[in-house]
Amino acid sequence: MLRFVPIITIAFMIGPVSAGLIGTLLPAFGILPALGGTEPGLDPWAALFAQPGIWQSVRLSLVNGLIASFVSVAIVMLFCAAWQGTRIFRAMQRILSPILAVPHATAAFGLAFLIAPSGWIARVIAQFAGWDRPPDMAIIHDPLGIAMIAGLVAKEIPFLFLMTLAALPQADTDRTAQITATLGYGRVAGWFKATLPRIYPQIRLPVLAVLAYSTSVVDVAIILGPTTPAPLAVRILGWLSDPDLALRFMASSAAILQLLVVVVAIGIWGAGERIIALAGGQIAANGQRFRHDGGMRAGSAVLAGLSAGALILGLVVLLIWSIAGFWGFPDIMPRSFSLRLWQREYDAIGSSLVTTLLIAVPTVVIAIALVLGCLEHETRSRHKPGRGAIWLIYLPLIVPQISFMFGLQVFFTLIGLERTLISVVLSHLVFVLPYVFLSLSDPFRTLDPRYGQTALCLGVSTMRVFWHVRLPLLTRAVLTAMAVGLAVTVGQYLPTLLIGAGRFATVTTEAVALASGGDRRMIGIYGLLQMVLPFAGFACALLIPAILFRHRRGMNAQNRG
Amino acid sequence: MPSDHSETGLELRTVSIRLGGQELLAVDLVIAPGEIVTLMGPSGSGKSSLLGHICGTLPAQFDVSGQVVLNGRSLDGCPPQDRHVGILFQDDLLFPHLSVGGNLAFALPASVKGKAKRRMLVENALKNADMDGFADRDPATLSGGQRARVALLRVLLSEPCALLLDEPFSKLDSELRGQFRSFVFEQCRKNRLPTLMVTHDPEDGSAAGGRVINLA
Repeated sequence: MLRFVPIITIAFMIGPVSAGLIGTLLPAFGILPALGGTEPGLDPWAALFAQPGIWQSVRLSLVNGLIASFVSVAIVMLFCAAWQGTRIFRAMQRILSPILAVPHATAAFGLAFLIAPSGWIARVIAQFAGWDRPPDMAIIHDPLGIAMIAGLVAKEIPFLFLMTLAALPQADTDRTAQITATLGYGRVAGWFKATLPRIYPQIRLPVLAVLAYSTSVVDVAIILGPTTPAPLAVRILGWLSDPDLALRFMASSAAILQLLVVVVAIGIWGAGERIIALAGGQIAANGQRFRHDGGMRAGSAVLAGLSAGALILGLVVLLIWSIAGFWGFPDIMPRSFSLRLWQREYDAIGSSLVTTLLIAVPTVVIAIALVLGCLEHETRSRHKPGRGAIWLIYLPLIVPQISFMFGLQVFFTLIGLERTLISVVLSHLVFVLPYVFLSLSDPFRTLDPRYGQTALCLGVSTMRVFWHVRLPLLTRAVLTAMAVGLAVTVGQYLPTLLIGAGRFATVTTEAVALASGGDRRMIGIYGLLQMVLPFAGFACALLIPAILFRHRRGMNAQNRG
Repeated sequence: MPSDHSETGLELRTVSIRLGGQELLAVDLVIAPGEIVTLMGPSGSGKSSLLGHICGTLPAQFDVSGQVVLNGRSLDGCPPQDRHVGILFQDDLLFPHLSVGGNLAFALPASVKGKAKRRMLVENALKNADMDGFADRDPATLSGGQRARVALLRVLLSEPCALLLDEPFSKLDSELRGQFRSFVFEQCRKNRLPTLMVTHDPEDGSAAGGRVINLA
């Protein structure tokens, strides 16, 4: 039975992606019998290219995605180079880990409330500059998409940082740093010349996932991105939601175009990697030591601190808006506070939390069961999976959501599952499974195999070894992986919206729907609500093992990390 | 060749272990009940792989030929939990989520029925190791020597027919090492266990008082 689990798991990830891509590809060339499309043709493409500003949208997606990814990677690499092994590094580690649980949309709203012309930063400046009304500038929704880049960077830094953290021990970085230092290299130069080449292959897939995400993002782009025209993915969603069903054909070809944009972005990134690798080989050998890099180190700490600070302050300002009474412009704080809105929304809040959990609970339970099955199978069969397996896991994170979600909707309609809980759960699993797997596979694989061997040699069945040895030893890791899964399903916008066809109003779809309205108090409430479940999940992952094993000191060491 | 369950000990019939086409080790050996055979050799000589092969937990990338026979029964292809081969590593590997008593009860065969009886066997075992009343303790609060003894008791309670020792004394300091070593050897002889020990330390071999085989 267990040996089928890896195949089932892969089917759950790759199946919907493939079905969705086919379901998008066919209408893109005019074939969608349900809407009367039976003759293949290029009409949808002609219609797409006739759209005003289509190339501007494409350019925005491509350029902003590349810039956001490059800036995130650069800041994370610089910060690791400058501070690895120091107290500041460990402090950042503690700050950034919980921030990872903040959904993209919440982070984007928080940032918007900070940097908008009437946001907190402008209010602080107003105190000194004597402004009595907000400056007349398009800071968010700016035509170049700088606000959107900032939002993406702030949210991707914690992710890339944690991924790098996981890769660091495998490259023996502490001793490498000692060696480069004794050879007279500055910290940053030593790290870039000796450690980065060994780290980068390990974080390459997460980096590509960030690149694909940034190039095709929808929710952050709706909240912070340009509107005239909007980035490609946002326009596709508009066409898909249009009452005129004929637009579905053009939307499909646009979704394929979006996939091509991501492919091109990855191609450009790959070329950049080559160039840097070639140049880096020369630079590594040129003996330049850059001994005095204090400025660089301070700069990287400021940048990393800014991004973490922006996210945290963003959450604070969301909270304040959600309980604000009258709050006029240059005031730093509202004149009064009130829970009136929370009370008015009480029932709606309850029902959107229930809907969110209705999707999240089965998704997370199925995901953790499948992932545990895969890893347990790997342990029992004593076979290591090949390199290809990790690509399969990253595939759903690299193919843009908007490129296969419409096709998946068509597919679910075809098999009679449209707008059902089952189809929404299946669409969430595509993204939850990879993250749960990535979160659990390291602790599971690094658990000392001799625990299992010892137990087997005591004559205990493999089942008992799993339930009574491996699972208890991994309690914290399993709960953390479930919390990661919970955070991922709660944050899903597009799959919930498109596959659920509006039937499932989760905290996230509600929050993003509020973006266009501009009611800051409501945005505050729903932005915070998005965070309640992920944070509760991570809190449980910390507390439950601590309580369960309060009389077992050895479990602290076991569960560290 | 006896095929009943008579006590003929642990036989390694022309066992050879290869990794990537290269032979790591080849042995041909019979260990009688109560006999302790010491296997010495440099690291990487495949000593631990041999133990892994005997208890059935060797990773699949190794190629093994030859036969492992315990008391007349071939172990090849038999899952580790059905082999009745106990193993002690250099780390005690007590399960940190269970109490000392929980660790020992984990090893007791399920055929020993009744909570009171199982509890009694666990407490008797602790008493024999001068560890009266330790059943409810957290293993993390024990000294290194005590943990090592509990690990041995745990193996013995699982009623093995053979015992493998993978450098089990190397992490203990020299005074403790001597004491624990004689405790282990005494138990092996008392329980008439064919015992195979791999070690770096020549003293372990001479203390065992049995055959010493040098690899490489």
